[in-house]
Amino acid sequence: MAHAGTLEIKDLNKQYTVKGEPLPVLENISLSIKPGEFVSIVGSSGCGKSTLLRLVIGLEEDYQGEILLDGKRIVGTSLDRGIVFQEHRLFPWLNVEQNVSVGLLNAGLSDAAKKKSVQEHIELVGLKGFETAYPYQLSGGMSQRVAIARALVNRPEVLLLDEPFGALDALTRAHLQQELQRIWEAEGITAILVTHDVEEAVYLGDRVVVMQPRPGRIKRIVDVPLARSRDRGSYAFSQIKDDVLSEFSDAPREELINPQETLGANWQFAW
Amino acid sequence: MTTSILQLAATDKPVVSRSPLRWLHPAIVPKPLRGWVIPGLLFVLWWAAYRFGWTQSQLFVPIEKVWDTAVKLSSTGELWKALGASLARDLAGFVIGSLIGLLVGGALGLSRLMENLIGPTFHTLKQISLFAWIPLISLWFGLGDVAKVAFLALAAFFPVVLNSFEGIRSVPREYIEVARVFAYSRTQLLTRVVLPSALPSIFTGVYLALIYAWLATLGAEYLLTSGVGIGNLLTDGREHFWMDYVILGVVVVGIVGFLLNWIASRIEARLLSWRGRSTAQF
Repeated sequence: MAHAGTLEIKDLNKQYTVKGEPLPVLENISLSIKPGEFVSIVGSSGCGKSTLLRLVIGLEEDYQGEILLDGKRIVGTSLDRGIVFQEHRLFPWLNVEQNVSVGLLNAGLSDAAKKKSVQEHIELVGLKGFETAYPYQLSGGMSQRVAIARALVNRPEVLLLDEPFGALDALTRAHLQQELQRIWEAEGITAILVTHDVEEAVYLGDRVVVMQPRPGRIKRIVDVPLARSRDRGSYAFSQIKDDVLSEFSDAPREELINPQETLGANWQFAW
Repeated sequence: MTTSILQLAATDKPVVSRSPLRWLHPAIVPKPLRGWVIPGLLFVLWWAAYRFGWTQSQLFVPIEKVWDTAVKLSSTGELWKALGASLARDLAGFVIGSLIGLLVGGALGLSRLMENLIGPTFHTLKQISLFAWIPLISLWFGLGDVAKVAFLALAAFFPVVLNSFEGIRSVPREYIEVARVFAYSRTQLLTRVVLPSALPSIFTGVYLALIYAWLATLGAEYLLTSGVGIGNLLTDGREHFWMDYVILGVVVVGIVGFLLNWIASRIEARLLSWRGRSTAQF
């Protein structure tokens, strides 16, 4: 079982510069996550929840404040943090087994240990028998399972999930939420899930962090003191869900979208 | 008297029976053979035109004469010598042009500096029609094999540069982020993400280069007339008014082009089987 990390976010501020003007994206985010805890972050689009995740994984830098994993400041990406994106991002030229082992390239394990870990994680996500299938042969839900296996294969301390089921149909999504809970329990890992689906957030999270946009701030943190597996139809579950939803009761601000240059679009080959 | 598509859709009855093309019914001409109907008819027409004396024109020859010439030239070895010389040139020019093209395309795709430095020159040069290079090339390299191979290399060079550049530039940012998450080194990123992701596009470039080089082989042999080759066979035929040579040359060129295409699409289907289908199906 992996060592579960403690994540400490202190007075985090992040801004982009758009046309010479500073645009605050995240303001005074402070959040501390216990080892093995499952934290859901919900918010409408533009509240910076994905940016927060990209900062924790290390794909975005230049922030004020502190992000500490087990007391150490996060610098860049590292194998101790795994991520599942909204799109599966599997490499189409590799089969399932090879895609999962992408995560182990720099893990410093022996070939035998790598093979074993890959096999274990393919079994963990329930894809035994599909090792040699290529991404074009997989459904959306299966692809996302492979992505979860790839993120976990290094046994990271923290698993980050950026709207991982957002693109799936409702039935597949509900099933994968159950699966994710099982995998999280089996691995005993610290997990942060970013979503705009309140039910998903309440179903999976020990705590639900509600964020509000412009600039992204934490509005409220709701505890979910329900035993697992949770019954989505129960009264207690509905009450917590309604409580979280009430934070979104204001009508969404309606205005024309101001097209901004895609951030990082020119980054591509800057290495 | 024929049935329109609209009626066909409305009645859903078999209409073949009243159509003038009813003899194309699958029972008579199986579907996979439909493509052979027109060439077959042309051959019959060609044969019949001389068999029944419909024409005495010297601008064309009886089909048997072309066959006789083919048999004669291949038994003397003349045809194989010409074909061998042409293919050797084609291959040399294709390989040289593609390799240089890959290097230049790779440099342009991987480095902004190189793009800014070489890009404008390259984009200007590619606007120049290939055949406009011939006077320059013949002055610099003469009319021999060196000149021809240089011309073929140039023909192969441009599509490879353009497509490998395009392929490398359009590697999705999402894939590069995955590589960063797993702490890939620069070399790992290049060999394990950028290259495989750009491969279909690079292959398209190489594939085009193969076709362009073969087309240019004929052009080079026709315009830089010295030595042997299929193009020279055509030139000789035209100058001596040997229509059988000309037609034989055209047929051979067509067959070789078809085979090159077929080989390339087989290789592509093998190499890129992870896409689930081949895009080159000619």
